[in-house]
Amino acid sequence: MRRVVITGLGMVTPLACGVEETWSRILAGESGADTIKGFDASHLATTYACEIPRGDGTNGTFNPNDWMDPKEQRKVDQFILYGMAAAQQAIADAGLGDESDEEKERIGCIIGSGIGGLESIANTALLIREKGPRRVSPFFIPGSLINLISGQVSIRYGFKGPNHSVVTACSTGAHAIGDASRLIQHGDADVMIAGGAESAVCEIGIAGFNACKALSTKYGDNPKAASRPWDADRDGFVMGEGSGILVLEEYERAKARGAKIYAEVIGYGLSGDAHHITAPPPDHEGAERAMRAAIRHAGIDVSDIDYVNAHGTSTMADTIEMGAVQRLLGDHAAKVTMSSTKSMTGHLLGAAGAIEAIFSTLAIRDQVAPPTINLDTPPEDAVIDLAANGKVEREIDVALSNSFGFGGTNAVLLLRRVHD
Amino acid sequence: MSEGDIEQRVRKKVVEHLGVEEDKVTENASFIDDLGADSLDTVELVMAFEEEFGIEIPDDAAETIQTFGDAVSYIKGAV
Repeated sequence: MRRVVITGLGMVTPLACGVEETWSRILAGESGADTIKGFDASHLATTYACEIPRGDGTNGTFNPNDWMDPKEQRKVDQFILYGMAAAQQAIADAGLGDESDEEKERIGCIIGSGIGGLESIANTALLIREKGPRRVSPFFIPGSLINLISGQVSIRYGFKGPNHSVVTACSTGAHAIGDASRLIQHGDADVMIAGGAESAVCEIGIAGFNACKALSTKYGDNPKAASRPWDADRDGFVMGEGSGILVLEEYERAKARGAKIYAEVIGYGLSGDAHHITAPPPDHEGAERAMRAAIRHAGIDVSDIDYVNAHGTSTMADTIEMGAVQRLLGDHAAKVTMSSTKSMTGHLLGAAGAIEAIFSTLAIRDQVAPPTINLDTPPEDAVIDLAANGKVEREIDVALSNSFGFGGTNAVLLLRRVHD
Repeated sequence: MSEGDIEQRVRKKVVEHLGVEEDKVTENASFIDDLGADSLDTVELVMAFEEEFGIEIPDDAAETIQTFGDAVSYIKGAV
């Protein structure tokens, strides 16, 4: 089977625009949460979120004009703008861009989103009510469709390989990366631009997740303390937005061109819960099965796992996930570090699995497990180290990244330092 | 509304929507061939004219508006 490695990274997160800028803030334990500034949220049950820091592009701020012409920005929903920014970073980081026409037919895109152009859909519905259907923009549909980041990236770079997308709620990013790695393994492509993007921090998005009682509501006076995975005082997730994109490449191709290789995608596992539309079963055996499937695919032993980037959303499900991970690891659990970077980024929904795969990659590169912040009262039955309130410098050869989505959809990625 | 006024307002919409320099928007400039628009851009542009002048441009008429000059003369006849 062809091997798949990671050769490029790009991200726009609530902490910063840019991989290294975000990562240094992650290691410092900073929170991206604040009172919502993008619109007046004072009438909503949740008044805070993790929004993208906008600015002139310096000091980690996100300047949309750095990534898309203002004339083009008007034609797309925010999630596409975030995706385009992260994709350009990843492609530049990988040193792609001057391939032959023949090579470009072997480069594909699989970038997804959990919800897609939610705000555009809401605004267009209001516009129809107010002014009638003739005022609907011709760019409304192509600016809202989930697969249009893949489309836009392929058009900008001329990548003519598989052009695909994923929609599996909060597992989207992980499924996109896993599916992309399969496409390379099976020979459908040599390089895949893979990841996810999301921009659901808008009135209808917050109101919708409030209605399913999924969001934190108690921390309006101190939003930075709101995302607190595993902590006894957690009360729901904090919504984030942004994008994470990776360049995945067939190993021999990457080696031959002297590419910088961050890590190898060694395992991918998928499963369904067949239980409930929003909640995991009490033992989350579906998560355990997905983790076991990834381990089997990778041909490693559970004792090879050093770091787990948990789904850990700061909901009741955190401890259920911890139970499944500890069951999987058995006696080895005490030697593993598990953290939730959502404590800092919030929950980026369809982009979460992608940014967390990037954090797992960087954890391998820098031999450090990022912290779980706001974890003041950990669960009593925690055997595994939860990196409470501080990064953990340690050996990390293999990292596992969990993503679970509404509908009971589980995706697990296993990454490893590249061994010849 | 003077004819020069209409021309100025149409030119402003074209510049805004297509992101082109004002001096490129000449009488015979084709939105698609000279000003970089695609077919969706022209749909949006016609909508912008409708909004700007409070008129309705039926689809069959919209299809005949290919150049800046076409737009100005249609709108002069419609307002």
